[in-house]
Amino acid sequence: MSWVLVMPIAVPFLTAVVAYLARNYPAGRWISLAGSVLSLVASAVLMAAVLDQGVIAAQMSNWNAPFGITLVADYLAAVMVVITAITGLATAIYALGEIPEETESLGFYALFQTLIAGVTGAFLTGDLFNLYVWFEVMLIASFSLLVIGGGKDRLDAGIKYVALNLVSTLVFLSGIGLLYGVTGTLNMADLREAVANAENQGLITVIAMMFMVGFGVKAAVFPLFFWLPASYHTPYFAISAIFAGLLTKVGVYALMRMFTLVFVGDVGFTHEILIWVSLLTMFTGVIGAAAQTDFRKILSFHIISQIGYMTLGLALFTPLALMGGVFYLVHHIIVKANLFFVAGLAKQYAGDTDLNRIGGLYKSAPLLAVLFIIPAFSLAGFPPLSGFWAKYLIVKAAIELDAWFVAFVSLLVGLLTIFSMTKIWGMAFWKPHPEGYDPTPDRAPPKVTRAMIVPIAGLAAMTIVIGFYPEPFVQFAQTAATQLLDPSDYVTTVLGVQP
Amino acid sequence: MEALTAIVIGVLTAASVYLMLARNFMRFLFGLVLLSNAVNLTIFASGRMTKGAPALVPYGEDAPLGVVGNALPQALVLTAIVIGFGLLAFTLALAFEGYRRMNSVDTDEMRFAEPKEDTTK
Repeated sequence: MSWVLVMPIAVPFLTAVVAYLARNYPAGRWISLAGSVLSLVASAVLMAAVLDQGVIAAQMSNWNAPFGITLVADYLAAVMVVITAITGLATAIYALGEIPEETESLGFYALFQTLIAGVTGAFLTGDLFNLYVWFEVMLIASFSLLVIGGGKDRLDAGIKYVALNLVSTLVFLSGIGLLYGVTGTLNMADLREAVANAENQGLITVIAMMFMVGFGVKAAVFPLFFWLPASYHTPYFAISAIFAGLLTKVGVYALMRMFTLVFVGDVGFTHEILIWVSLLTMFTGVIGAAAQTDFRKILSFHIISQIGYMTLGLALFTPLALMGGVFYLVHHIIVKANLFFVAGLAKQYAGDTDLNRIGGLYKSAPLLAVLFIIPAFSLAGFPPLSGFWAKYLIVKAAIELDAWFVAFVSLLVGLLTIFSMTKIWGMAFWKPHPEGYDPTPDRAPPKVTRAMIVPIAGLAAMTIVIGFYPEPFVQFAQTAATQLLDPSDYVTTVLGVQP
Repeated sequence: MEALTAIVIGVLTAASVYLMLARNFMRFLFGLVLLSNAVNLTIFASGRMTKGAPALVPYGEDAPLGVVGNALPQALVLTAIVIGFGLLAFTLALAFEGYRRMNSVDTDEMRFAEPKEDTTK
């Protein structure tokens, strides 16, 4: 049983070690690719076990919970692990085309696999301090990946990214320390009981706010998102795609976990704050995007805007809303990573990411245009793509609560998203190239283009499948939401047969 | 003892916030070091303090006898120190490389990833 939970973390770690040893040889990149395939297999096995048993848990080194470190997977954790492996595989393929050899020999694939291991660990752990450790694994890998390859803009972006993320980590860590001081435990399942029974509920709420700020910075919610648009447009496209897809979602996942499992004593206060934070996140993100003219900067601001929908699903705190939040999380990772991939290929063809300096892609690369329109319209929420169902669930949840203002803002932000997507469409694809040349796909070697278009097509196909055949995914999200709102299964599985 | 530790944590945090508000990235970094130490002390203090009773198991016993110091927060702090050390070493190297390339540690001048601010006002 425990192997099922350990493998999704162990495979990328081992791959990282081997890929590091082989970093100076062409074999390194194939090792990374093989490792990503194995990760996908491992996560599929995990998913099968979770579908079979509901919640599975394993105690590391047979130290029983709450004393040892627990790995645990419920529906939400399992789907996040699978989607991490899928995005990881897509990025590993894309990197074959994009990453130059000198970056490979700096240990690119080792760092990349470490990042995947850190993200997976954060999804699977059932121990709060262990979550901090996984966050750090993920962070140190992401720091290096952000600045790898050098350049003034990358260093500048890296410094800001590192600085703000370190502060948020410290807020999170002191929250852990204080929570331990109040309850005497760090096991997340055990904390549920301990927090509910704590004498000083006011102090618990203060600690909950520290967690909200710490995870909020990672998730890039409203007043805490400034590091994101300052850094996500500088690294390699493969990197910014995996950052955009996964890293902020780890923050959202941690928020969802802590604010459904542990901090549910004062929902009226904490989740009310989350509603306003979510609405402001959605709105400022989309307005920020409207002011940009760089492909990746527009997309970066849209990450922020979309994060708002996910936290809104948590903040409304009804089964339907949480279900929408989970569905949104999965849909968004696929779509957002894909859009960054498209941006990279557009740069290969047209020479830049500044929309004022490119154009004519529709004429010279119609396939890319089709592959852009699928994730872009899915992001904006066009039926029948995956984003439509995600937005539909959230808006319906808001209307059921008679939260008309929330529903209105959600729809308005969707509308403004279309504005940004049509801006990219019009400027990069439709208008003629300002310098008068045809962006020719033949300029890049076919090997490069092929490696880059395969993951784009694969992720676009997934968007279409989820869009046209949403039933199993919606049902899955529903079970995940039920488990989140009533974590008694989670608690009993982790703590064994204790009452 | 707890009161004294709490005051020390407060002073460290105040000093670190003061340092982190500076435009000079090196001062920011020193602030971060102080803050990370303040957080470590917080974890240590939240495990409650027991004076002069190390968590040792006497020979022939299975568990320590009587009241002993809480060993868990010490393990947590140790982990946090090691991780923090690694991160700060990386950040320092990053700051140095940034200084070499951009010729500045003033965050107002380090604006290569974002548009420069309008200073004509």
